Amino acid sequence: MSTLLEIKGLSKSYPGVKANDDISFAIQEGEIHALLGENGAGKSTLVKMIYGLVKPDGGQMVLNGAAYAPAKPFVARSSGVSMVFQHFSLFEALTVAENITLGMDDAPNRKALSEKIRSVSESYGLPLDPDRLIGDMSVGERQRVEIIRCLLQNPRLLIMDEPTSVLTPQEVEVLFGTLRKLSADGVAILYISHKLDEILALCDHATILRMGKVVDTCTPKEETATSLAEMMIGGELEIHVQTEFNPGTEVLKVQGLSLPSTDAFGTSLKDVNFSLRKGEILGIGGVAGNGQDEILAALSGEERVATDMIVLDGTGIGQAEPNARRKLGLLSAPEERLGHAAAPMMSLSQNAFLTGRIRKELAPGGVIKTRRTNRFAREIIEGFDVRTPGIHVAAKALSGGNLQKFVIGREVLQAPEVLVVNQPTWGVDAAAAASIRQALRQLAASGAAVIVISQDLDELMEMSDTFSVLSEGRLSKPQPAEGLTIEEIGLMMGGDLEGTHHVEA
Amino acid sequence: MLRLEQRPQPSKTMLYMTPVMAVFATMVVGGILFASMGIDPFRAIYLLFIDPFTDSYNLSQLFVKASPLILIAMGLSIGFRAGVWNIGAEGQFIMGAISGGAVGLALWGSTGWWILPLMAISAALGGALWAMIPAVLKIKFNANEILVSLMLVYVAENFLAQMVQGVLRAPDGMGFPESRNLGRNDATSLPDVFTPLGIDAGGVVMLILLAMAFFLLQKHAMGFQIKLTGESPRAARFAGVKPGIIIAVCLGISGAAAGLAGLFELTGAAGKLTIDFPVGYGFTAIIVAFLGRLNPVGILLAGAVLAGTYIGGENAQFVLKLPAAAVTVFQGMMLFFLLGFEILINYRVKRLRRAV
Repeated sequence: MSTLLEIKGLSKSYPGVKANDDISFAIQEGEIHALLGENGAGKSTLVKMIYGLVKPDGGQMVLNGAAYAPAKPFVARSSGVSMVFQHFSLFEALTVAENITLGMDDAPNRKALSEKIRSVSESYGLPLDPDRLIGDMSVGERQRVEIIRCLLQNPRLLIMDEPTSVLTPQEVEVLFGTLRKLSADGVAILYISHKLDEILALCDHATILRMGKVVDTCTPKEETATSLAEMMIGGELEIHVQTEFNPGTEVLKVQGLSLPSTDAFGTSLKDVNFSLRKGEILGIGGVAGNGQDEILAALSGEERVATDMIVLDGTGIGQAEPNARRKLGLLSAPEERLGHAAAPMMSLSQNAFLTGRIRKELAPGGVIKTRRTNRFAREIIEGFDVRTPGIHVAAKALSGGNLQKFVIGREVLQAPEVLVVNQPTWGVDAAAAASIRQALRQLAASGAAVIVISQDLDELMEMSDTFSVLSEGRLSKPQPAEGLTIEEIGLMMGGDLEGTHHVEA
Repeated sequence: MLRLEQRPQPSKTMLYMTPVMAVFATMVVGGILFASMGIDPFRAIYLLFIDPFTDSYNLSQLFVKASPLILIAMGLSIGFRAGVWNIGAEGQFIMGAISGGAVGLALWGSTGWWILPLMAISAALGGALWAMIPAVLKIKFNANEILVSLMLVYVAENFLAQMVQGVLRAPDGMGFPESRNLGRNDATSLPDVFTPLGIDAGGVVMLILLAMAFFLLQKHAMGFQIKLTGESPRAARFAGVKPGIIIAVCLGISGAAAGLAGLFELTGAAGKLTIDFPVGYGFTAIIVAFLGRLNPVGILLAGAVLAGTYIGGENAQFVLKLPAAAVTVFQGMMLFFLLGFEILINYRVKRLRRAV
């Protein structure tokens, strides 16, 4: 086997962040090469450079022994590099053949193309009818169209960006069969994923990225899910020792919580169990897309579940709507600030009303108490150091950090019994992040229970009393964060729900 | 070279200026159109846009025409705020007139102050129930309310034709397909309140409802939920808004308002149900709602402008031999320019120096 693509010292910076820093590795002909890393590790930037969507700041690539610097994706395609994106670009009102024609740089006539689609798709075990409408096809079938579109260009390297996130387990098996066949035919595959079991099952080599750098390479067949997870999260994690954690009585109990995902790109929650005590901060880690949004929706009341799946202070509230839960003291702050936690074009005062209506009694009987609402908005701005000209400014005019302080402050000032926050400091500057963490800690110290869902393990280790991990919709058994080792976190991320190595504290 | 550049914040000035600019652009382009038809453009523009507001007879007609437009547009604007697109107000207008009119006809010969209010309630219910068809189909099956409500206009028109040839036909009408004249019957005709301005009881009710709409949107939690749903459906769900209720409330309010407008037209200006009873108020009200920026005060002004084009159009037909379709072209042009200029709220035009 000879080297197909060699990457030498590729770098790419965006304002304030080094997305890729001196990345080097090589892909052999016909191998399935995994690119592994957490969200934000730099995987996407790297493959966009290989596919000609992003221009590197420095470094070189060598393809088949010749210098390779694609300025546009069509240059990459004509050099034999194709890519299947996570989100498809297909027109629902057009047929398979029509869609594929649109994406081709030199399309043959319709009849010849249909023949070719049939023969190629069948030879790789992905049968496709060229005359079917995309709109009638399942997500898995649509992905086939994207793959066949690439294969028709006879690629030497096929890049696949998290292909299985939209597939059923059966479809995953079919896809893996196809990829293995392609590999046997000499096509190299660059496989991007954070699903460890898939990489173990499929890939010949793996390159692991963390914070924009190659931190490790390995042969997955010789590794375990745990060891891969450890490489992914790195060894630099600061092990935190939280002092004096004296939890009170149980306030929230989640038992057997399952929630089938309604979205093709979502994750179903499967049998989630945990219990939360007064004064406790539970950190939930894990890579994005493993059920974080869903668990927040189930707790906030945006998604309803069976009554006894969520019990607050002894009352089953699985069927209760968001405002009924607020009344009982269960508040939440979703990850997406604009458009979910806050309405972008509405003023801060109106956004204060958005969740504060019930507990702050801002509209008893339906008529909005404007003065009371404005006062509440001002309290948030002053108490949480939100930098803004005033309460009549639209939410979207605030910087990310300031709006996040507003969103967290809005919930904290309603004196919740339980507060659930998803990604509280995502995209927030360091000073704002520190003050948000401080506020959440104070809230817990005052006797409330807090759930922090985050992808930032350092943050979770700094804040949490207990810690668990979401992995493919399952939650590992919460462990005391004190004294937790990298190895144990790795085990949880690899899907070990019990954390068997841990000695109960 | 000119280039569009995104504004950091939506422009408040442009928000209020675009309707004015749209009316002005309609005058200019309309003038060019008239000139090319060999009609004196200045005279035509004067008749269409100025005369309705200066001549005292026209002024009394203005309110009569504007009143149903404003009432319907007020209802529609509430739905439009929530992203619920009721395009079928014309059908709800017809069904309101039929249901309210039927009560009046059934009580023919009776007298009493309570007859008109009873007819009004029946009309509002008739319009609201007609609007519940798209509401239920949208809630249960996610059917597109634009298509359903629009198609129901044609159903309502045919229903009206059946009624005036059937049960609602005047017994002493010599077989003409029309109802008895409710407008010439004391118990069922709309009383005038302030004749010089053409304000009748319907106009008074309209003004009261407009004030209530203003209160709903500005001060009531339901109004907040309506606006929130239109602006950010996901945030609305998070805030505990039930989308089904918003859809039903919005279509219900706009259907009731259109039905009420239908009754006021029937018992006021029109007098009787005929096949020609609907004159397109339900569609023109869509333009009124947008020209008025979905804001109750704006709708009041926009209703007057659009009503003016109806009155001016009739005069221009008479004086200048302007084709009847010209008014429709004018109204369409106004909506077209309004939607076109709306880009200036979020973008500004920048002049570029030629690239070096």
